[in-house]
Amino acid sequence: MAKVLLEMKSITKTFPGVKALDNVNLKVEEGEIHALVGENGAGKSTLMNVLSGIYPIGTYEGDIVYDGEVCEFHNIKDSEKKGIVIIHQELALIPYMTIGENMFLGNEQGKKWCIDWNKTYAEADKYLEMVGLTDSSKTLIKDIGTGKQQLVEIAKALAKNARLLILDEPTSSLNETDSRALLDLMKKLQKEQGMTMIIISHKLNEVSYVADKITVVRDGSTIETMNSKDEEISEARIIKGMVGREITDRFPKRHDVPIGDVMMEVKNWTVFHPEFAERKVVDDVSINVRSGEVVGIYGLMGAGRTELAMSIFGRSYGIGISGKLFLRGKEVTLKSPKKAIAAGLAYVTEDRKGNGLVLSNSIKTNTTLANLKAISTATFIDKDKEYQVADEYKQKLRTKTPSVEQLVGNLSGGNQQKVLLAKWMFADPDVLILDEPTRGIDVGAKYEIYCIINDLAKAGKSVIMISSELPEVIGMSDRIYIMNQAKIVGEMKASDATQENIMSCIVGVGGESEGSEA
Amino acid sequence: MNTFSIKNVLKKNVMAIALFVIYIFFTIMTQGMMFTSSNVASLIDQKAYVYILGAGMLMCMLTGGNIDLSVGSFLCFAGAVAGVFSVIWYINTPLSLLLVLGVGLVYGAVLGFLIAYVRIPPWIATLAGYLAFRGLATQILVKVSETSAISNFPEEFLHLFSGKILTAPVFQFKIESLLMWLNIPCLVLGVLATAAVTFINFSTRAKKVKKGYEADPTWFVAVKSVIEGAIILVLSFKFAQEGDIAFEEINGSTVEVFKGGIPVVVLWLIAILLIYGIITEKTTIGRHFMTVGGNAETAKLSGINNKLVMFAAYLNMSVLTVLAALIVTARFSSANAFAGQNFEMDAIAACIVGGVSAYGGSGSIMGMVIGATLIGVIDQGMSLMQIDQDWIKIVKGLVLLAAVVFEIVSKQGGNNPFKSIIEKFSKNKKQKK
Repeated sequence: MAKVLLEMKSITKTFPGVKALDNVNLKVEEGEIHALVGENGAGKSTLMNVLSGIYPIGTYEGDIVYDGEVCEFHNIKDSEKKGIVIIHQELALIPYMTIGENMFLGNEQGKKWCIDWNKTYAEADKYLEMVGLTDSSKTLIKDIGTGKQQLVEIAKALAKNARLLILDEPTSSLNETDSRALLDLMKKLQKEQGMTMIIISHKLNEVSYVADKITVVRDGSTIETMNSKDEEISEARIIKGMVGREITDRFPKRHDVPIGDVMMEVKNWTVFHPEFAERKVVDDVSINVRSGEVVGIYGLMGAGRTELAMSIFGRSYGIGISGKLFLRGKEVTLKSPKKAIAAGLAYVTEDRKGNGLVLSNSIKTNTTLANLKAISTATFIDKDKEYQVADEYKQKLRTKTPSVEQLVGNLSGGNQQKVLLAKWMFADPDVLILDEPTRGIDVGAKYEIYCIINDLAKAGKSVIMISSELPEVIGMSDRIYIMNQAKIVGEMKASDATQENIMSCIVGVGGESEGSEA
Repeated sequence: MNTFSIKNVLKKNVMAIALFVIYIFFTIMTQGMMFTSSNVASLIDQKAYVYILGAGMLMCMLTGGNIDLSVGSFLCFAGAVAGVFSVIWYINTPLSLLLVLGVGLVYGAVLGFLIAYVRIPPWIATLAGYLAFRGLATQILVKVSETSAISNFPEEFLHLFSGKILTAPVFQFKIESLLMWLNIPCLVLGVLATAAVTFINFSTRAKKVKKGYEADPTWFVAVKSVIEGAIILVLSFKFAQEGDIAFEEINGSTVEVFKGGIPVVVLWLIAILLIYGIITEKTTIGRHFMTVGGNAETAKLSGINNKLVMFAAYLNMSVLTVLAALIVTARFSSANAFAGQNFEMDAIAACIVGGVSAYGGSGSIMGMVIGATLIGVIDQGMSLMQIDQDWIKIVKGLVLLAAVVFEIVSKQGGNNPFKSIIEKFSKNKKQKK
């Protein structure tokens, strides 16, 4: 048996209000490719952040045993010194620097006070060859594609004398060919250099292709570790491990909500990435939603769900948008969020801090922001009315705060989400697109959010709920679309949906592509 | 639940309190010279341009800490252009004013377009204006005048932006026992303003109570009204005292004639500050500015046209710069190539000291006024103490720095760096023991 390079022993990590990791154990042997799989928010990235020192010693409980000794990492530098290098999903390369400069950023070659550029580029070329990249190390990062950029990241890690390489969703922004090349590179590194690697991925076909061992993480715990030597690991086998959770009455029931006519319909909707103009982020999607209906869109992160929602909402994301949008049967063109709001659309963002709320403003001003017209005459804001409105929603949604004058930045995640919902409910839309409405909030608050969604449906609104939590999608929706790799890959009634058949829709796409079924 | 507390009130008004303390300090240090009517009047009169440019700069800064560096140079240019229209080309005053305003609108529109739609960083776009307009203004003045300055502005032009109104003898009043002349309209204006402020304070509270909203206690509203009223009354009294005394021969006898009146500049200031105070506090326009600065992405997804807001901020700044140019030109009754030097910095400093966020999203006209006045008081106080100009600059720089540090640290609340440094330090000490 090979030597155990890394052992993480009963790691527990708590964020305010949430236990992100609960007594997690992970064992990685030298020279193996070890995959971590699990749903969004299961705790995979948190675990890797603990390992790489992003969450320093003291902020978590448990031990990291690496190469036979217990390690205390205070920051990334400490873990890198030991040869643990993490490559994040979001590439950390600077576009206007050369490949060589990027590779040795923070690890500059030469003397302390003087960079030896000849050495830098010579070394860089050496590592580039290792990862099979033929471009000169003097090429600017912005001039090479994302696939090559990912390879540069790996070369950069090699240059740091990595012994344990952690790749977080390395193929999430790559196309099929580049992904395969990357996976083959991983196998090559394993064979030729005996490199140990941990890969986090949602793409189960890739995982079963490349990994020697697969550990399933669910709800902050490691569930099981499968070994490809012992058994043939099929994707279905992985899914069984990932899901394995029962839907209980965590979801309030909707009784007798009549489902009406089609309120909004999207036909052949295609969107391209704003920076990488050749990349389709939404590919020929057709969906519809009726009044009084809750439609779930399930998909893993990066499937194109948010891109779809935002591009519908006044083209606030993407370029080269094509396709038709119908509201109540009439075709409309919504060129800005302002027009979308006026047409009766609301987009409740997944990123409430980034583009949903103004954290430095009060609950009051956030609540009325999307519908200032309703509380003002000739641009003069009726502040009393504003207060009244905000207070009304505070009570209706049971937002926990002493006063609506409180700054939103001081609220908990669940209460922030309620303010965000209040903001869009006050805008009085016909169609609400809720993007991950329960992300990062505790169970109690989740239940309250579900009740609000039910109330909206009862009021005859159309709700589109985007989520990467399977039980939530099944428990809350009337109908479910399944999205993967920019396409709708399945549609089913919630009553027919099981976690297994939804996941198999996603797996089914693997190589061959299916058309949208809607 | 009532969230009123004296601690919060003090926290909110810390800059106003600082201003008050510093003013008292300089009044004592100058043996009361600070408080003479001519010094009180000149504090406002001389620095009128800071308040007006400050209002414009506030609007720019609200959109995300953006500044306009071209203010001073463009002010000089606008003054020169006004001189050319009015003095060199003999265009009548209303038309030449319209033309200068037009120049302001054109520059503002171009600048706003470059910043909002071409996405040139504001400080670069306005740095270009800073350089170009100073040169352009100087060239114009050198070409049209041997002294490279335009004076001899028509009286009607000057009267619109400087001097005093209601100066006739019938408006003056002498307290014989004190040998003190007072201008009655100044006092009336002061009393009216005090009454208005008091009325607004109480009626706002009454409205809130009637609708069952949280309101400050009555005693607090009363104290607030007394303080605000007192400040207005003292100011109006000082302005009423201000004026030249001349001796004129009327019907063969020499009569003492007092030339007091309401300064036109003060009226301009009241108008501008009121308008912008209302825009920022009470309208959706102000809300849009604050939101763009608070979180541009959120603003966009809430249906706000971010680009239009940025465009409006710089268009507005240029229009206010034209007004300030006219006021400054009229004050010196001359347009010269040195006008407006460093005015942009004065306006920015006023905003920063006045608690306007350097990152955008928060700030108020009242804050800006307090900031501008605070700097003005330091300036005047130290000058009266005959302290060297270099030292005044050093102190002003430190005050500016302190204001920003205060703003940022107080916003960070729990995790402010000073606290953690102090904590670390005290921990180390304990461990050593």
